[in-house]
Amino acid sequence: MTSSPAEVVLKLEGVVKTFPGVRALDGVELEVREGEVHCLLGQNGAGKSTLIKVLAGVHHADEGSISWRGQPFAPASPQAAMRAGIATIYQELDLVDDLSVAENAFLGHEQSRAGFLRRRTTSARTREILARLGHAHIPPRRLVRSLPAAGKQIVSMARALSHDARLIVMDEPSAVLAHDEVENLFRIIRELTAQGIAVIYISHRLEEIRDIGDRVTVLKDGRTTAANLPARDTPTRDLVSRMTGRTIEYVFPPRTRKAEGEPLLDVQGLTREGEFADASLAVRAGEIVGIAGLVGSGRSELLETIFGARRADAGTVRLNGKAIHSIGAAVRHGMGMAPEERKSQALLLDEAIYRNMTLSSFSGYARSGFTDTSKERAAAAKTADQLELRPRDVTRPVRTLSGGNQQKVVVGRWLLGGTKLLLLDEPTRGVDVGARAELYQVIHDLAAGGVGVLLVSSEVPEVLGLADRVLVMREGHLIHEAPADEIDEATVLDLVMAGSLLEGDPA
Amino acid sequence: MTDQRTKTDVPADAPAPVSLTKTSWWKSDGAEPVRRNLGLIGVLIVLVIIGAVTRPELYGDASWVTNNVWTILQQASAIGVVTVGMTFVIIGGGIDLSVGAIIAVAGVWSTTLATQSYGTAGMIFTAIVVGVVVGLVNGVLISYGRLVPFIATLAMMVAARGLAAQISGKQTQVSANSTINDIASTKILGVPMLVIMLAVVVAGGWVLLNRTTFGRRTVAVGGNPEAARLAGINIRLHTVLLYALSGLCCGIAAIMLTSQATSAQAAMANLYELDAIAAAIIGGTLLSGGRGTIIGALFGVLVFSTITNLFAINNLSTEVQNMVKGAIIVAAVLVQQFRYRSLSQLFSRT
Repeated sequence: MTSSPAEVVLKLEGVVKTFPGVRALDGVELEVREGEVHCLLGQNGAGKSTLIKVLAGVHHADEGSISWRGQPFAPASPQAAMRAGIATIYQELDLVDDLSVAENAFLGHEQSRAGFLRRRTTSARTREILARLGHAHIPPRRLVRSLPAAGKQIVSMARALSHDARLIVMDEPSAVLAHDEVENLFRIIRELTAQGIAVIYISHRLEEIRDIGDRVTVLKDGRTTAANLPARDTPTRDLVSRMTGRTIEYVFPPRTRKAEGEPLLDVQGLTREGEFADASLAVRAGEIVGIAGLVGSGRSELLETIFGARRADAGTVRLNGKAIHSIGAAVRHGMGMAPEERKSQALLLDEAIYRNMTLSSFSGYARSGFTDTSKERAAAAKTADQLELRPRDVTRPVRTLSGGNQQKVVVGRWLLGGTKLLLLDEPTRGVDVGARAELYQVIHDLAAGGVGVLLVSSEVPEVLGLADRVLVMREGHLIHEAPADEIDEATVLDLVMAGSLLEGDPA
Repeated sequence: MTDQRTKTDVPADAPAPVSLTKTSWWKSDGAEPVRRNLGLIGVLIVLVIIGAVTRPELYGDASWVTNNVWTILQQASAIGVVTVGMTFVIIGGGIDLSVGAIIAVAGVWSTTLATQSYGTAGMIFTAIVVGVVVGLVNGVLISYGRLVPFIATLAMMVAARGLAAQISGKQTQVSANSTINDIASTKILGVPMLVIMLAVVVAGGWVLLNRTTFGRRTVAVGGNPEAARLAGINIRLHTVLLYALSGLCCGIAAIMLTSQATSAQAAMANLYELDAIAAAIIGGTLLSGGRGTIIGALFGVLVFSTITNLFAINNLSTEVQNMVKGAIIVAAVLVQQFRYRSLSQLFSRT
């Protein structure tokens, strides 16, 4: 489509960045042209985040050269990078919740005269920028706290534009968005690039890269393994093999068994006002049941209520016939949950792997209140072997693990606790491609061993590929149920989105 | 150099290269408390050197030095016991501003004429029960009443001092119980009883924190309450128990202080909360919870009582002393932040 090759605005050659003990960047090559969407692909730990921080002026490259619009570029601070026209939108949006949209957009370079804020100018300019982003309906004076995730992302972009950015770096912008919001994000990106702004786009989702990207650069272990591949035509196999050094596709292990018998988990008419209503479902031993639904459909809330972490307004949860009202009872009777936000909801990041693994079962290894850490370590090491955890050394702090291995630690916790029913909320979020396949295998092995699994995921292929039975959730209601091999992705997506208008707050 | 290189290149699934090679004592796990508290040990040594330089005639006398060490440890005993409880509360994600006030209530309640008529056991029982009950009230307000720990214990600090003044009628209550009064002057094998009590509480606290399920829960609840809750730990109950533990330590400290003064009054243990928090923090306990050590807290207490002693033997004013204390708190926390930052940088990846 591009008629003539646009000018190269950003060029990195042989960029190296070392931290004590880690060579995070080890020779990165990157070339970004004016007005293109340049995708950056790589597993967790490949160096993407470090690279972003070098561009954003948070870190300084130790070696190599960076040129920005023809000039050598070495920003001394994030402010300097911003002033030079490079804006970064981090995955964890760095907005101040209790300031307004306009105040956030101009944070750090407030419109002022003699120390007094010019509120009207600020609002007017913010309105202008929001209009440019196609979101003129967001009021500049509204508190950022009250906006949904998609709205906050718009504010982040408005901040980038308020600096007159010529390059916007986006770190997994779609991770917090529902399906239709991603479409909207793409529309904005296209408008920005049409104005000559370059975008560096980071995502784990290959289909997004094909949709929005122009060219792809692949990083592995801090090095560029492939540069400037065409985003639309490069076969998935090639991209994945350059990321991993081996050829892996999204392989779901074949389903072999059929679960029969009495339900292990029996949920009847479960309701929480404003979140979900009248949810009934059952999971048998050895069965994997998947719930497909958008962010905000009430699926995570449903899972947490089943686990006893939220109080139900109505309805019953029974595990092996026993009523579950609290987390304590859930855990005692053999239920475990891997929550959506691993780091904030599941892990003690500075504690050792084995201590995280035994967090729900350490009392079981103790004798009259005295912990037995050698027994815990041995048990955790065995489970780590079973899950192929890397590294195997269970005394290392969890913080040092990749996302996929952290998730294995959480799953391992419930394996050690002798869990009969495992609830998984977005089990592969933030997990790279290679580790995903391993997690899928782990989940299948669990089910083969007789554990019942109830799984929630935003990624429909994941639900269809993993589960035996699929439930579709929309706006707080379970609207459809089908065996996984009798329903396809298009049908599920249709059910999930039909009639849904997720424009306001996703309740 | 080359050795280092091959170590990191070992495949991840190979057996962990831990403790296979003989490491020096310095790098062993046993030396961890020493390494961690290096700054405080250094401060202690410096303080002793200053003492020896400023009063060489005293430090030349071996029996004076021995006596002075016991004096410092006795002065550290009651606040040390309180600091152990405080360390648990802070590791568990809370704070207890009411410890000084709890000691006052426990002290005056156990020395009323009515209580004293029940004898030694009655007085000890009263001090401990009062301490635990006030701690339980703190815990219930925080856990089930959802008050912020700072506010709940601040209110308790004010209220408990008031209660102590009410009970004592603002009078100093003299203890007529010789068994209680003798605790402070008793020595066993040359070691003062108060120092033995401190040692027992510190040892007990260390075991409780590092070797029991209670300690493990404390770290989990303070480190990531949501993760602890979703792992099935009853974080509310545990929080209540932590404040009760702090109250228990206050009850013990009340007996120790009553014995030292042979009396109790509503103003006793004034500002103990600040000394205990400061000692725990300079001992490496994270104010946000989840990390801390009993041994570090003990070193923190010892640093403070050594400073007090240093000023006393030099006949210097307490004003200067307080300024030095403040400077040491800041310096110790700065050193720790620096250490922690360099550690976390080592672990952080991209």
